[in-house]
Formats: sequence, C-alpha cells, structure tokens
Amino acid sequence: MNLFLAVAAQAAEAASAPAAQESGNLPFLIVGLWVLLLSIFVGFEVIQKVPPTLHTPLMSGSNAISGITIVGSLYCVGNDYPLSAGILGLIAILCAMINVVGGFVVTDRMLGMFSAKGGKK
Amino acid sequence: MLAMISMTSVVELAYMASSLLFILGILKLGKVKTSKQGNLWAAYGMALAIGATMLLLITRGDWDPRPGEWAYQSHALAIGAMVLGSAIGWWLAVKVPMTSMPEFVAFFNGLGGAASMFVGLAEVPRAVELAEKAAEEAAKKGEVGGWTMSGSGADFAIAVMLAVIIGAVTLTGSLVAYAKLAGKLNKSRIGPLGSQGFNIVLGAVCIGAGAWGGFFAADPMGLWVSNGLLTLGALLLGFGLTLPIGGADMPVAIALLNSYSGIAGMTTGFILRNNLLIVAGSLVGASGIILTQIMCKAMNRSLTNVLVGGMGESAGGGGGSKDEGYTKVKSTSAEELAAVLDAATSVIFVPGYGLAVAQAQHKVRELAGLLEKKGCQVRYAIHPVAGRMPGHMNILLAEADVPYEQLYELDRINDDFKNTDVVVVLGANDVCNPAATNDPKSPIAGMPVLTVWDARTVVVVKRSLASGYAGIRNELFQMDNSLMFLADAKKALEDTITELKAL
Repeated sequence: MNLFLAVAAQAAEAASAPAAQESGNLPFLIVGLWVLLLSIFVGFEVIQKVPPTLHTPLMSGSNAISGITIVGSLYCVGNDYPLSAGILGLIAILCAMINVVGGFVVTDRMLGMFSAKGGKK
Repeated sequence: MLAMISMTSVVELAYMASSLLFILGILKLGKVKTSKQGNLWAAYGMALAIGATMLLLITRGDWDPRPGEWAYQSHALAIGAMVLGSAIGWWLAVKVPMTSMPEFVAFFNGLGGAASMFVGLAEVPRAVELAEKAAEEAAKKGEVGGWTMSGSGADFAIAVMLAVIIGAVTLTGSLVAYAKLAGKLNKSRIGPLGSQGFNIVLGAVCIGAGAWGGFFAADPMGLWVSNGLLTLGALLLGFGLTLPIGGADMPVAIALLNSYSGIAGMTTGFILRNNLLIVAGSLVGASGIILTQIMCKAMNRSLTNVLVGGMGESAGGGGGSKDEGYTKVKSTSAEELAAVLDAATSVIFVPGYGLAVAQAQHKVRELAGLLEKKGCQVRYAIHPVAGRMPGHMNILLAEADVPYEQLYELDRINDDFKNTDVVVVLGANDVCNPAATNDPKSPIAGMPVLTVWDARTVVVVKRSLASGYAGIRNELFQMDNSLMFLADAKKALEDTITELKAL
C-alpha cells in the first residue's frame, strides 16, 4: 500500500512535468492530437476518389507506408533504452524493413503491369 | 547546444518533407497515370525519414555504446537488421507470383503490426529499469518506491498499451488472413478462439492488463507480468477476431487490417512523441477505413457489423452441397457456350471469387483474344468486392495482359448490359443477384449489383448451385435467358476455347 501511495504521488508530479517540456508550452499530447486530426482529414480527402482499379496497389502502397514504425524502432536501439529493449527494437527494425521494402517493391511490380499495358495500346 | 537544436530542427524539417512526400505519393497513387510515380515518391519519403532519423541518432550520440552496461555497437546492429530486412523484403516481393498477391500484402501488413507491437514493448524494459532505480533510491531513504509507466505521462502509458494491443491484433489477424488466403486454413474456430464471447473476454483481459501495466504496476515483476499478459491476450484476440471471417469476405478483412497497422503506427508516434509517425500512421489508418467502407457498401454490410467481426462463414467456403431447390435451371456445356459466343458481337465477362480461386485469368484472356479476332467487342465488368481483396480482379486481369481500358466498373457498365449479346459470369454469385434490386425483403436488398440479366443471354460458370457468402438463393440461375455451366472456371474456359477453335 505504501508503494502504491508513493507511486501515485510520484506519478502525479511527473505527469505534469515532463510532458510539458517537449514542445514549448504545449504538452506533446495536444500537439500530437492536432496533427492526428488534420492528417486523418487529409487521409480521407486524398483517398476518397480512387478508382477501384487501383485499390490493390493503393492498399499495398499504404501498407508500405505503415512500415514508418521503422523510424520508431530505430529510436529503440538508442542508448537510453536498456539492452532488452534494444533487442526488441532490432526485431522491430527487421519486421518494419521487410514491410517497407517488400511493400514498395510489390506495389511497383503491380503498377508496372498497368503502365506496360497502357503503353502498348 | 546550439548545434544540437539546429540538428533537431533539421531532422524535424526532413520529417515534414517526408510527410509531404507520403501525402503527395498517396494522392498520385490514386490516379492510373501517375500511380507508379506516386509509389516512388512515398518510397523516397520513407528513405528520407530513415536517413534523417539515423543522422539524428548518430549526431545526438544515441547510438554510442551505453556507459558501463552494454558496449555493443548499436548502430552496426541496427544497420545490419535494416539490410537483412530489406533483403528479405525485396526477395519476397520479387519472387511472389501475382496470383498470391493478396496473401503477401496481408503478410507484410502483419509485419508492420509486429513492428509497432515491439516498439511498444520496448518501453517495458525501460520502465522496469526506472522502477528499479526508483526503488533503490527510495530504499536509501528507508521508504518504499517504484515507477509506473504513467510516470512518463498518462498519454504515454495509454499509447504503449494501444500500440501493443493494436499491433498484436494486426500481427495475428494478418497471419490468419494470410493462411486463409493461401488456402492453408479454413476453420472458423480453433477451440474457444473465434467465438464472440471469448473475444469479449480477451478484450477485457487486454484492457485490464493494459491498465495494470500502464498505471498500477510499479515494480519490475508487475511490469513484466502485466505487459506479458497484455501481449498474449492481444495476440489471441487477433486470432479470435479474424478466424470467423470467411474467404469471400476477405476484401473487408484485409482493408480493415491495413487500417489497423496504420493506427498501430500512429500510436507509436504518441509513445515516441514523433509527429511523422502520427501523420504516416493516420494516413494509412484513414485510407484503410475508407477502403473498408467502400467494401462494406458494396457488400451491403454495416461497418459496425464488420468491426464486431463474425461475418458468416456459412456458405462462403464450404457449403457446396445445398442446391436451394432450383426447379427450372437450364444446363449448358462447353460446346454450346462456344456456339453462343461464336454468334455474339458483344460479350461481357463478369469475374468473381471463383475465377480467383481457379486462377483462370489467363484463360479468360485467351478466350477474349479469340473472340476479338472474330470482331466481337469484349469487356469486363468488375464489381467492387469481386475477388479476395479490394481491386483484386483488376490486378489478376492486368497480370493476364487484359488492357485496363476493357475493365468497367459497376456504374459505367450497368446500362450497357441490355445492349449486350452474351454475359459470361465466372465464379461470381451475389454480385449479380437480381434479389438486390427486386426483393426489398432480401438480406442484400439495396446492394449495388451488376444487372447481368438485362443481356440477351447470361451464361453462369460456377462449380455448383450453392449460394454465395450471403447465403441466399439467386433467381438469376433460373431466369429464361440464363444458362448454367456447372464446372470449375478454368476447366470450363479451357474446354470452351478448344470447342471454339474447332468451330
């Protein structure tokens, strides 16, 4: 119970402090939510009118973009993480990199078939 | 210090540029002419993001060996993992035949989810370390102390929990989708996995363990156990949510899983406080949701119905024996089909799931080529949910050298059926069921369908008279102008080609 109280006090103290240092006066959460809101809107707008012919390439292309976690996993092998986190980070790098490279190359192959046909006609 | 700040800013600017490249890339990807360039732009965006991150980590000293504890060269290992991953990804992407594209997109997608899950989990050892330190310091003062993840902010703790849950669900869900698409799995349940009730239990376990691990576990043991439980629960949940989905419903499932992998990436952005991850992740999340919606609309299902899962397996895969009591079905043969096609001046092919399963796309192209030589107009009508993933038919037919000018969407071709001599339905069912327009009580009432019955003659090539995934009878099969050719699509087309050449 003591542990619990100590933690609660420390958490309350910490919750107000470190988050606010990140970007000036605004805590990152607020900045992040702004970015999130606007990107979702952009995402909806950009994809709304894609012809069905391109649904599969669009999906595998955006799938490759979801491998952006590669950036996150690179941070995890940094030295402010302990060794075991670094190992998880390395696995994440491997997974994300397969996703990124595989996704973009596969999409390129698919689209190559479309444009080859368009050219011949 | 000044140099530090400017390096951070430079990297932020690079992230901004790569966000822009992603957005423009997706925008260009959505138009046939620029799609290849769009994909390339998105790839440049990714390369820029990776390069900038490495630059930041190296200059900031993040990749220097950790003092006193682990002296390995993390940059060497990180680059090694990147090279290995790229090689595997490249090799897979080049090697995959176009017909197994859906399952490989599912597979890659699962890896994206896995990466997000691991990034979330990497925070656990760090929290454990902080908890140990805090306990030591408190012990010096004779107190009891600890550290919870929420000590780094409640948003941080929630983001870690969500990244692990969504990443894990994406991973195992995609693996199930992969196995189903590759035909290696057709069960809808494994033990309790796959039942709605068990999914709710698993969901509760995840939220409980996540709350424990994020806000209450303050000692190493608690952190390990709670997050271990969270991971296990979420992995099982991914299985449970995807198992009940039938083969013909995969377009919705894949689009949704694609969206999940984006959302998982977005949550890691909140863990690492990185805007680029949020932008890229939510772009993918939004695109997946939109595709899911398009698929739902085309299948006449509500999004909640899909989100809850449990789309009927009932007849999608196995129900081959029911003949639904059709009374006046007229059967036909390859010989008759060849004669009908020989006399036609306009033909529309309607490919469906059955064509994908039989992998008959090259045969369709061959038959179409023969007909075109005779001066017949050939077109293809593509329903939005035909096939095993969104747009799957277009890819399959493109692979078989069908010019995409001959592929018509539902809206563009429905009015033309009445001026068409012959429509050949290849392994499609519900997408051309007249009940959708005629019978307001039908479960698929209002679903947009291809009005193939307007054509002079409809030939339905199908393995049996069984119903499709909607589980309803199709009056098309016994209309006056329709002929049933009960056979595997590939076999039927081969025979018809032989007959047509003999004529």
